[in-house]
Amino acid sequence: MRRVVVTGLGLVTPLGADVETTWANILASKSGAGPITKFDASDQKCQIACEVKPADHEYGFDAGKRVDHKIQRQVDPFIVFGIDAAGQALEDAGLTDMSEEDKLMAGCSIGSGIGGLPGIESESLVLAEKGPGRVSPHFVHGRLINLISGQVSIKYGLKGPNHAVVTACSTGAHSIGDAARMIKDGDADIMLAGGAESTVCPIGIAGFAQARALNCSYNDRPEQASRPYDKDRDGFVMGEGAGVLVLEEYEHAKARGAKIYCEVIGYGLSGDAFHVTAPHPDGDGAYRSMQMALKKAGMTPADIDYINAHGTSTMADTIELGAVRRLFGDAIGSVSMSSTKSAIGHLLGGAGAVESIFCILAMRDQIVPPTLNLDTPDEGTEGVDLVPHVARKREVRAVLNNSFGFGGTNASLVMRKID
Amino acid sequence: MSDTADRVKKIVVEHLGVEADKVTEEASFIDDLGADSLDIVELVMAFEEEFGVEIPDDAAEKISTVSDAIKYIEENKG
Repeated sequence: MRRVVVTGLGLVTPLGADVETTWANILASKSGAGPITKFDASDQKCQIACEVKPADHEYGFDAGKRVDHKIQRQVDPFIVFGIDAAGQALEDAGLTDMSEEDKLMAGCSIGSGIGGLPGIESESLVLAEKGPGRVSPHFVHGRLINLISGQVSIKYGLKGPNHAVVTACSTGAHSIGDAARMIKDGDADIMLAGGAESTVCPIGIAGFAQARALNCSYNDRPEQASRPYDKDRDGFVMGEGAGVLVLEEYEHAKARGAKIYCEVIGYGLSGDAFHVTAPHPDGDGAYRSMQMALKKAGMTPADIDYINAHGTSTMADTIELGAVRRLFGDAIGSVSMSSTKSAIGHLLGGAGAVESIFCILAMRDQIVPPTLNLDTPDEGTEGVDLVPHVARKREVRAVLNNSFGFGGTNASLVMRKID
Repeated sequence: MSDTADRVKKIVVEHLGVEADKVTEEASFIDDLGADSLDIVELVMAFEEEFGVEIPDDAAEKISTVSDAIKYIEENKG
């Protein structure tokens, strides 16, 4: 059986433009939240977000580092973030100079939950104000979700499967799971897998606020707004950025002497079949997704040391926790579970990939990242280690990452250290 | 250099992300400046916007160098 390992990582987040900076800031309990700076949000109910910082910031993002000037002008920011994170992952894996033979078996599965919403918004205004003759010729392919995979394949000559998942906030996790299957099935030896999002724009913020999903009551103290499992949580804080992993067939990685972070060993997916935005109240879909991932991994709950929760800082947090409690039984006492959305907000289609990378770094460094702002744990959280406020050193051999999306779509990934 | 030429070159530099000294009047958008057909559509739109001229599709198709653009704009601007 072909096994799938992780050999490269790339991140663009509100806490850093690379993996190590982001991780150091996560472990230092920093928050990426602040007032919205990308547009005047004074008429919005929600006026805060976790934005990727500009290039002149201490840990800001310089788009010019890996993305051509011309492409930057033509495409939405989610594509720019995705191209950069993919480049980082290839560099980390030592795969920027692949043979033609390897390129035929190297593909992309980098998705997004929503795609180019800022560009759809702004070009719609151009259409209304100036007419169809002023709409950019790059409008369509600069907004399409599969254009991270498209752009990355062109930039690096990757001729294998070119795929893009669109499953709202489960996108990143599904992207990794689907890509791992492509490697297992022999469609590819190497896959760039992940997700990206950038919807901090007037219609994006207004839309999520109107859906009652965003936190609108902490505008004056943004760093405290994302507070998963806390009694005073009141909706998620929008994040942006990208996470991309290099997945590689184990023998292929071994043969070239690659650095191997871990093995992707279990992938579970399910549907709630219940409601467009609310999860099933008994966490049935989440339960079955996690159960399937563990079963595929051939593991029991007691084998899992860390769960990176979906934990968005909404009412759904305790539903997920209830499902974990039911599935884990007595093993709930030995697992640590945290939500890094407390620090970087909700990256929507990027979340599952970024959080999988945090899981991998937790295994690498034997430390679990904290849940910030967990001042007053809500009812139903008793007896579960939610890693409040500060990171903690502990043994981390295997991890579970959960992502759940609008439409009732659930994905869970199990990864483990490899000797 | 005319004011029109300066403004045309500035737009080309901004849109194509090329060095200013490469944007000579003889330079071909596609062969010398790395543009593709969609980039030219975008450049033509930017020229129309900047100079308040209409550049119909059949005229746009004949614009292949920087001097073609300058010449068309000089002859047709209001």
